[in-house]
Amino acid sequence: MEYTNKMLLKGNEAVVFGALLAGCDCYFGYPITPASEIAHTAAEYFPKLNRVFLQAECETAAINMVLGAVSAGRRAMTASSGLGISLKQEGVSYLATMELPCVIVDIMRGGPGLGNIAPEQSDYNQVVKGGGHGGYKVIVLAPSSAQEMCDFATLAFDLADKYRTPVYILTDGVIGQMLESVTLPAPLPRRESPEWALDYKVCNTTNYITSIYMENDDLEGLNHRLNDRYAEIQRNEQRADTYMLDDAELVVAGFGICGRVIRTAVEQLRKEGLKVGMIRPVTLFPFPQDAFRKAAEHAREFVSVEMNNGQMIDDIRLAIECRKPVSLLNRMGGNIPTVEEVAARCRRILKGGE
Amino acid sequence: MIMGERVKLTRPEGFFETFDRRPGAVKKNMHYCPGCGHGILHKLIAEALADFGILDRTTLISPVGCSVFAYYYFDCFGVQVPHGRSAAAATGLVRANRGSVVIGYQGDGDLAAIGFNNFIQAANRGENYCVFFVNNAIYGMTGGQMAPTSLIGQKTTTSPYGRSEINEGYPLKVSEMVAQLQAPVYVERVSLTSTRNIMKARQAVRKAIKNNIEKKGFSLVEVLSGCPVNLKMNTKQMDEFIDTRMTDYFPLGVYKDESAERQTITYPTPVFDAEKVREALYPDKIGEGVADDYRCGSAIFDRELRIKIAGFGGQGVLSLGLILAAMGKQRNFNVSWLPSYGPEMRGGTANCAIIVNRGTIGSPIVDSNCDLLLILNKPSLEKYLPELGENGVLFYDSSTIEEAPAVKPGQMLFDLNASDIAEAFGNLKCANAVVLGALSAILKARFLDERDAADIDQLVPDALRECFHGKEKIVNMNIEAYRLGQQKMSEKLTD
Repeated sequence: MEYTNKMLLKGNEAVVFGALLAGCDCYFGYPITPASEIAHTAAEYFPKLNRVFLQAECETAAINMVLGAVSAGRRAMTASSGLGISLKQEGVSYLATMELPCVIVDIMRGGPGLGNIAPEQSDYNQVVKGGGHGGYKVIVLAPSSAQEMCDFATLAFDLADKYRTPVYILTDGVIGQMLESVTLPAPLPRRESPEWALDYKVCNTTNYITSIYMENDDLEGLNHRLNDRYAEIQRNEQRADTYMLDDAELVVAGFGICGRVIRTAVEQLRKEGLKVGMIRPVTLFPFPQDAFRKAAEHAREFVSVEMNNGQMIDDIRLAIECRKPVSLLNRMGGNIPTVEEVAARCRRILKGGE
Repeated sequence: MIMGERVKLTRPEGFFETFDRRPGAVKKNMHYCPGCGHGILHKLIAEALADFGILDRTTLISPVGCSVFAYYYFDCFGVQVPHGRSAAAATGLVRANRGSVVIGYQGDGDLAAIGFNNFIQAANRGENYCVFFVNNAIYGMTGGQMAPTSLIGQKTTTSPYGRSEINEGYPLKVSEMVAQLQAPVYVERVSLTSTRNIMKARQAVRKAIKNNIEKKGFSLVEVLSGCPVNLKMNTKQMDEFIDTRMTDYFPLGVYKDESAERQTITYPTPVFDAEKVREALYPDKIGEGVADDYRCGSAIFDRELRIKIAGFGGQGVLSLGLILAAMGKQRNFNVSWLPSYGPEMRGGTANCAIIVNRGTIGSPIVDSNCDLLLILNKPSLEKYLPELGENGVLFYDSSTIEEAPAVKPGQMLFDLNASDIAEAFGNLKCANAVVLGALSAILKARFLDERDAADIDQLVPDALRECFHGKEKIVNMNIEAYRLGQQKMSEKLTD
């Protein structure tokens, strides 16, 4: 039968298709709502290609299985949500220190605590700011459609390899659960094991990977090296999707589903003649500071739309060095800011009054 | 030991000549304390790796504990993993590279306390690697704290009054537990207190590694070992402690050995061939299809269409949405389908929002300006009617909603007793296909140009085939119900 590369996929399914097409060898994960379709899809499709799918006994096992597989030179991934990510953080700190590239998907749900299974964006701080112990950072991509869930899998693996770092795909339950039309990319061949890996077929057998540095100066040296790389990432890898930004007096920012809500609101407000624009950060680390700085040259004010207690807003303020007012429009507990809420806030700021 | 075999009394070839991975000036000696068992066990492993000629494809996993630096010494790959996670990392290593030999080396805290679940699960899965478990009844590196294997009455820095069965429970018998599992191929407990015991340990180490090479599954060698510094003993007292008190509670011997009977496990080769990957992942092309540049000509498609479907769970609300999304996709629109999930679902009602747009879809949420509202039960009507846009279309199932709702001027109202029709048809589950048929009749009569009107009867079966792929019976039943719904609605419209 003839096949096509166009498909209807949930975000959670699309990221698995993207990963397999990007040449991902291994998936290790523990089920959790609202990320479980990732495990379901991986369980169905990895074995079809004789690749590794294993349901781990716990989140810590999953991240350390990833650690093992990427040490062996393979592309490997895991996925979870909020509380599961909390459990993985020790392993992520090791991966970052050992400079091991891997992909971690976080489909955010309501928190703190057990919270609920409805969408939130409250893992921003724990993922974007490092999350585990020690001073490390990881690249964080924030898709806002099923197509981006698919495409960012390749991008995530490539960036992970390029900078030898874990890369997160961070989004909310809405993007994970929503189904959209997706155009599948072409399959990539298995990428060669990197020269630092523990793959006996291609690598130098004196390779070893560790994260323990007993000499203070050695550990300080490692930290400097990592931080130099983070600076390089900050310079080179900022990504943002902007809309109607060039002449915007008011800039509304949000990632994931918030970016989609904002876009519709901006469309409406422009019809009303209001100069509103959007910045949707696509990378959260590196935060797209340049886009915000540039916008701050003409914008009077910024609004950060978030589904948490106001976490990204700090990064906006830092990016524009607090030169313009930034206010927060947020919902929590699984509630999603509506187009009308965003539009009303913008009208109030630009026109004054209610 | 095989009669006549000679043991070389030199540094085993499995070690580096000089320990260059070790920082500082000392490159010839190990970092272990005098009387510690690690050095002996390291030698037995290194010797076996060299003798079997597998140094180049072996990865030794260093744990957290005194042997964290094991990778200083072995002339093979080394990786140092988080505390207790050796078995999980080993799982990743062996599965990612089936030709490799993987050695897990763990202490009693690492294996039997913080990492026990990972360890026992890997053993139970029969991961193809071997574990050398150093049980010295104490935490060494961290400063003489109690281990899960510390003996009753044993005084440590965290059991200063002696381990008590009331407070800390009994020492954990790891080999006994692992031997109970189905998967492990070989489990033995040995000690290093005498030449005789060391020779037994040597055979055990070799058997475990051999099982790994021959892909026979999981092997465990538990090694009773000394820590004179933290147990505050001299080496003679130490050996006596192991030979009497430890061995009393942890008897030496083979707990399980199926090495001879087990077959080599063969693993399939991962597929990366582009054509095969496409075959596995790309969906089958369904129906006649249309060219990528095909555009529906009817005026209603010139702007975004916002659709909401709501009803009881089980009425096929979500799948009706999927069918509409598939129709949009097959005619080159961007589509989004967003289900209600979470608490709302458990209330017994389900809804989904579908957006069809030639351009970029912004918010996928439909909570106002709805163009088409398909309502299958009364609670949903009350809840969602306010979301209907100025010129929106409401369709409701008059089998469940008796009274016609009041709509605003400009809004359009249609109804059909879809559930009754589906029931008479023989399957209430087809109510959503009846609704789809009704919708097609409405679209044909009021909204579609001639070409699109002719196209829809081709498109719907294709969309059904896409949504119920491979279930020909279900597809055909739904097509029939669709046609029935279309016919009934057409009759009603022409009345």
